[in-house]
Amino acid sequence: MSLALENITKKVGRETHLYDISLEFETGSRNVLLGRTLAGKTSLLRLMAGLDRPTTGRVLVNGEDVTGKSVRKRSVAMVYQQFINYPSLTVYKNIASPLKIAGVKRGEIDRRVRGTAEMLHIEDMLDRLPTELSGGQQQRVAIARALIGEADLLLLDEPLVNLDYKLREELRVELHDIFEERKAIVVYTTTEPTEALMLGGNIFVMDEGRILQTGSTPEVYHNPATTKVAEVFSDPPINFLRGTIQEGSIRMGRNIEMPLEDYMKPLSDGDYGFGVRSNHLFLSRNDREDAEIPARVELAEINGSETFIHAYYEGFRLVVQENGVRTVRTGAEITIYVSPCCFFVYDEAGALVASPSREALQSGLT
Amino acid sequence: MARIELNEVAHSYLRKPKNDLDYALKRIHNVWDDGAACALLGPSGCGKTTLLNIVSGLLTPSRGRVLYDGKVVTELPPEKRNIAQVFQFPVLYDTMSVFNNLAFPLRNRGLSEIKIKERVLEVAEILDLTPFLNKRAEGLAADAKQKISLGRGLVRSDVAAILFDEPLTVIDPQMKWYLRRKLKEIHEELKLTFIYVTHDQVEALTFADQVAVMFEGEIVQIGSPQDLFENPEHKFVGYFIGSPGMNFLECTIEGNEARVDGAGIVLDEETAAKGRKAGGKLELGIRPMYLEVHEGSGDGMVKARVKGVEDLGSYRIMALTLAGQTLKARLSEDQPVSGDEVWLAFPPQWIRLFADGRLIR
Repeated sequence: MSLALENITKKVGRETHLYDISLEFETGSRNVLLGRTLAGKTSLLRLMAGLDRPTTGRVLVNGEDVTGKSVRKRSVAMVYQQFINYPSLTVYKNIASPLKIAGVKRGEIDRRVRGTAEMLHIEDMLDRLPTELSGGQQQRVAIARALIGEADLLLLDEPLVNLDYKLREELRVELHDIFEERKAIVVYTTTEPTEALMLGGNIFVMDEGRILQTGSTPEVYHNPATTKVAEVFSDPPINFLRGTIQEGSIRMGRNIEMPLEDYMKPLSDGDYGFGVRSNHLFLSRNDREDAEIPARVELAEINGSETFIHAYYEGFRLVVQENGVRTVRTGAEITIYVSPCCFFVYDEAGALVASPSREALQSGLT
Repeated sequence: MARIELNEVAHSYLRKPKNDLDYALKRIHNVWDDGAACALLGPSGCGKTTLLNIVSGLLTPSRGRVLYDGKVVTELPPEKRNIAQVFQFPVLYDTMSVFNNLAFPLRNRGLSEIKIKERVLEVAEILDLTPFLNKRAEGLAADAKQKISLGRGLVRSDVAAILFDEPLTVIDPQMKWYLRRKLKEIHEELKLTFIYVTHDQVEALTFADQVAVMFEGEIVQIGSPQDLFENPEHKFVGYFIGSPGMNFLECTIEGNEARVDGAGIVLDEETAAKGRKAGGKLELGIRPMYLEVHEGSGDGMVKARVKGVEDLGSYRIMALTLAGQTLKARLSEDQPVSGDEVWLAFPPQWIRLFADGRLIR
């Protein structure tokens, strides 16, 4: 099937939740809506499901206008943030419910319930009630119910957000594999860059009711089209410095001067924003060409295998992500090294004007 | 401020617990020093919230004693323990201004308005809340609300400890970085005893100097983040900390080698000697970031099959099969990946041996 949204807007009272959104999804595609809280992800998902009607615009399924059609008449399944199951039905009956409503034969139901339960590792819990399960298991039941009907459109609204960190990690990997084998259009919302990268497929970066950028997930990660996309799609936060390009070199603040890399050469002289992710900043020199940023340490966070150093350079707040455990004192003066070929360059309006090739980024690390 | 001591504490929610399984907390015997930043880390159902409620006084344990600065408080309710709590969801008076929210705990204690104002302004400054003081709490973003919850604890200058129960759950990822940093700054500045409960390893490890990892009602290890990462004393700690967790391979020890289904992995002499003496089920553990992946063979390397590679932007995770067991390796974004077969090197200094799930010492 194909799903298209045409010039969708959604207003609630005086507030606009979605601004003129047009999107297309193809069968078998995995799609992630990435955005912060209140970006409009859930509003958009509800319109796709048919739970809400857009204020203006159309929803098309296989070219046919379904804008006003009830969710019951559409082939759609949805998983919510909260674990929603029928509390008085056993896990078996919960998972079987969409098939029962559709009038599928008992033998067929049994086969599919057991198969789906096995896929989600809840096959030993079929006789229990949802409340007797842990949160992670309850969400597995909800996911199983969403998968079993083989709906054409599978919508998941931050399904892992209420689960433990470790469970999330495991379910992400499992969901990725499950989605791969589906013919359905899968749309998945999240606030977390790592989750988006793990699921892969296509990405739609949202902010304040607008779609900012679409594309394949790694492609967008490596070419964030605006400073806003770079912010939403970086964890830890991306670092921004202001600088001036003049006569073949870049100047940032009082102390930093760098030669222009090849990919920046087409840029005309002027003021730009320079973005660099924290894993491309280092505490030691990797290359002769590396620029030096003198900074003052605000705080070092250690997570066991990595150290995150928060520091200031002339009012710019920077985060350095280093492998291994580094002890750095608060208030210490340090030098941060960065390869000139690791910067995204943005114009004054915040639009990407030059981005390093992936090869250049990689060679900048070695 | 206080030193908090848990003396042989155990708790069951049943009236007549029969065996160990009936206990939500099995045996906790532990001391948190005055001014420490500690975290309780574990999956849901491990007993960490039960333990926090015992520390705060919301719950009286079935057995054992709780001491604040040497004084027994086991039976005292929270309000008599002089602690402040920050919960998962901000608890505020929505219709009051930020100022009045912060002033509330002080007014309750009958402080003069001059003193109250002085203290509220001081705390608001620390938390970057000064511009919001006259705003109503209800219109603010989740992170600002959580800061007000914290501020209501901080205004009381005599507070013994601040307890946090998953305080960043409702906060966006980017904002989490900022709030976590703020918490650390406040801790460094005020040196209050902070106890922080979470299932999120990043939060626990970055926030605390000492992390207690909980599993099935017990503290299985207390240590610095580096300790927990490099020397997990229990398989559970190896699995739970690190993303992905530690790799484990069943093995036997022959001479200075760990044998994994025909393949030999060289150990350093000390580790091998300890392994030879140990009984029970032996497993070799190594962190994905220390497992080296090579395209060609070399001294002491072992052949493995590539199952798949995940691109996580700044690094990649490769899934491998070795002797029917699955391993994960963390590759930097600049390392080339090709072919179905690779050679693995296990640096001896990063190999840990476990017997029946416990690190061999």
